Amino acid sequence: MRIVLHVWRQAAPDQPGRMVRYEVDKVNPHMSFLEMLDVLNEDLVARGEEPIAFDHDCREGICGSCGFMINGMAHGPLPATTVCQLHMRHFQDGDELYVEPWRARAFPVVKDLVVDRSAFDRIIAAGGYIAAPTGSAPDGNAIPVAKDKAEQAMDAAACIGCGACVAACPNASASLFVGAKIAHLGLLPQGQPERDARALKMVAAMQEELFGACSNVGACEAACPKSIRLEVIARMNRDYLKAALFRRPEPALSGIG
Amino acid sequence: MKLDARIPAGPIESAWERCKFEIKLVNPANKRKYRILVVGTGLAGASAAASLAELGYQVDSFCFQDSPRRAHSIAAQGGINAAKNYQNDGDSVMRLFYDTVKGGDFRAREANVYRLAELSLNIIDQCVAQGVPFAREYGGTLANRSFGGAQVSRTFYARGQTGQQLLLGAYQALMRQVSAGQVRLHPRTEMLDLIVVDGRARGIVSRGLLDGKIEVHLGDAVILATGGYGNVYYLSTNAKGSNCTAIWRAFKRGAGFANPCFTQIHPTCIPVTGEYQSKLTLMSESLRNDGRIWVPKKPGDKRPPSQIPEEERDYYLERRYPAYGNLVPRDVASRAAKQVCDEGRGVGETGLGVYLDFSDAIRRLGRKTIAERYGNLFEMYERITGEDPYQVPMRIYPAIHYTMGGLWVDYHLMSTIPGLFVAGEANFSDHGANRLGASALMQGLADGYFILPYTVGDYLANHKLEKVDPDHPACRQARENVEGITRRLLNIKGKRTVDSFHRELGKLLWDHCGMSRNAAGLRHALAKIPEIREEFWRNVNVLGSPEELNQSLERAGRVADFMELAELICLDALARDESCGCHFREEHQTPDGEALRNDADYCHVAVWEWMGEGRAPLRHAEPLEFHYVHPSQRSYK
Repeated sequence: MRIVLHVWRQAAPDQPGRMVRYEVDKVNPHMSFLEMLDVLNEDLVARGEEPIAFDHDCREGICGSCGFMINGMAHGPLPATTVCQLHMRHFQDGDELYVEPWRARAFPVVKDLVVDRSAFDRIIAAGGYIAAPTGSAPDGNAIPVAKDKAEQAMDAAACIGCGACVAACPNASASLFVGAKIAHLGLLPQGQPERDARALKMVAAMQEELFGACSNVGACEAACPKSIRLEVIARMNRDYLKAALFRRPEPALSGIG
Repeated sequence: MKLDARIPAGPIESAWERCKFEIKLVNPANKRKYRILVVGTGLAGASAAASLAELGYQVDSFCFQDSPRRAHSIAAQGGINAAKNYQNDGDSVMRLFYDTVKGGDFRAREANVYRLAELSLNIIDQCVAQGVPFAREYGGTLANRSFGGAQVSRTFYARGQTGQQLLLGAYQALMRQVSAGQVRLHPRTEMLDLIVVDGRARGIVSRGLLDGKIEVHLGDAVILATGGYGNVYYLSTNAKGSNCTAIWRAFKRGAGFANPCFTQIHPTCIPVTGEYQSKLTLMSESLRNDGRIWVPKKPGDKRPPSQIPEEERDYYLERRYPAYGNLVPRDVASRAAKQVCDEGRGVGETGLGVYLDFSDAIRRLGRKTIAERYGNLFEMYERITGEDPYQVPMRIYPAIHYTMGGLWVDYHLMSTIPGLFVAGEANFSDHGANRLGASALMQGLADGYFILPYTVGDYLANHKLEKVDPDHPACRQARENVEGITRRLLNIKGKRTVDSFHRELGKLLWDHCGMSRNAAGLRHALAKIPEIREEFWRNVNVLGSPEELNQSLERAGRVADFMELAELICLDALARDESCGCHFREEHQTPDGEALRNDADYCHVAVWEWMGEGRAPLRHAEPLEFHYVHPSQRSYK
């Protein structure tokens, strides 16, 4: 196969970027998209040109490192698939593909296809946890968890934090990401004590990071490589509303080690 | 090099209890005066950093990924063992201990393994409390599955994403401490040297991957939880970024390296398809619960699997090991797959593959149950190969997966450099010569949640540490060393890419120090590696500048270390003139092709000491004693 790529090249955060055209011959249909970029990069280095920078690590679709837009679609055209798991057999010989980094104000471009997603870490730090200091836990079977609740929690917990939802959203909202964590922990009995505080703190953190608001477009769900469902956003909104209405301020909200 | 394992005397059942009582404690008000550097944010690193911070220590946490949540523990699929005996099927701490020592082919330290089995109970409780959505029965209790090397059902799981869920639990605990101001996070920061002052580990030198800034970080103790070195083989199930640099550079500062040749080959991975291949993908061992492994009886049988009648199939694991069947330990399953492929009975285009067939299980349990158990794994397989495992059997082949070897540690998880602790896959650990499935997650979390918080405190309470200045000659020297390596790599401006060298090295190692090894092959590799290394330092091409995000430079530094480690692996494999677990020396096998140990001469941990550039490393031995599980020939028949 022969593939024509137009790739966003940007040397540094404060420098202008541009699309650069590359032709990749001898693409094997069994290659992953990232393996095709590896092959292109090897050629670029051989020609003395700087290779394309992109984030990647596990290449099994679970670490959430990789991700970029292919023809305007986050992680490319295949549903429920990260770019590291997207194989070239899904493209046609002679295809022209436009490859760009995630675009969102909260995800500044670092270099080429690499963006800064540390805003996600700060949102989790704000409240995306159950405070269970090491050693304090009761027996694992002490609190039964209904199978369907555990399954639903797992559906939401499958989020890999790649940022595709933000990139796909016309508002660059992080609601699917935040909703997934709020749903995961809020569905479990262990997550109840902090449920209100968690919703308030995480939503506030999301707004501080300059993510947009959710307007129920649903592009996030379509782009999500882990098929996280839109219903987690409904759960987030419900928890947030309930907490905002009924929660009384505490003298100290922040966790102490 | 002094190797004092500090194993508590007396009965094994209460050894850890006694150790905990005997260690010195740091007063709660004094804990905040200590700073601990934790490198790596996988299960071991994140759990250690979070737990130490909860106790009140000041912690710095480093990872090369853009977020601590991306450490490679995230990719573990199948599960985590714990001797809960929730299934009432005869499990106990003693049995998990026994299975692990036996599974490791009697090359692990008994006291460590017993403690691991003991702590397995607390880990599950801890993770449940954090909100890990483990699989449940209808009544709401925790569900279990079976794994290789065990006859009880003790593996806890969260679909095929157990590692992800456990890591997110530890990551969230870590982020809670970041928000509480107890942990300073340093993502996209790679450790490139260890700072040793007056014989004690006091800090690290790091490179910021975004701006290339070389920095000195100082503290009172250093914990390395930087994972395994399977990527030395280039193709492995490790993440692309997984590397040996942190432990290798600590080795060059005086930390002993134990059993480097113990590298685990996982039997169920998706076979290699072409030269461009960048990594291998594992299919969870849990698949062997319901999948049946077979090849055609006739060599060269190229018919599609559906056209090969039952009587012409060889379910070779069930035939050779009726008691354990498809659930024999990993080393045994891998070698058996290699044997049938060597006989010309392998399947697929390359002939390097065997079938893992679910048709019987689907007939017995229905498609729905199989989808519930393995749905996401089946999807993953289909995404990669384009074949539907509900319809055609999977094709699998062994691949490098885990390294039991690593930096030597004593019972307190401290290396031969005082103040340098090593946790998780980075240490030589509790798995002996072969790790059982679902035990890596258990060990990483035991080290991080339940061992280091005690033993690091003991070290700090026992030693009065002088303040170290960033201008101390040791800091300057380490920093200059790092800057020198970076400069050297960028100035070569040769013709070949970093990856081309890495691939060449990996192929050599796989051919001669992979699933089976012999003296002649190892000598060949030992002659060849210095040649590749010499060419690397003369002819590698690393573009770009040091002061920016430069992924070629990052890789070059890691490959340079792999080049040196590869030699140590082969030296170790050559020196261990016996077969044990994963280390199969062709010269030493039973008549039916099983590993033949030599307990008289090799019942020890081999610990290597760095003697300086251009000098051969020195081999030491820590003798292993078995008082509870008596070494015997492992039998899974």
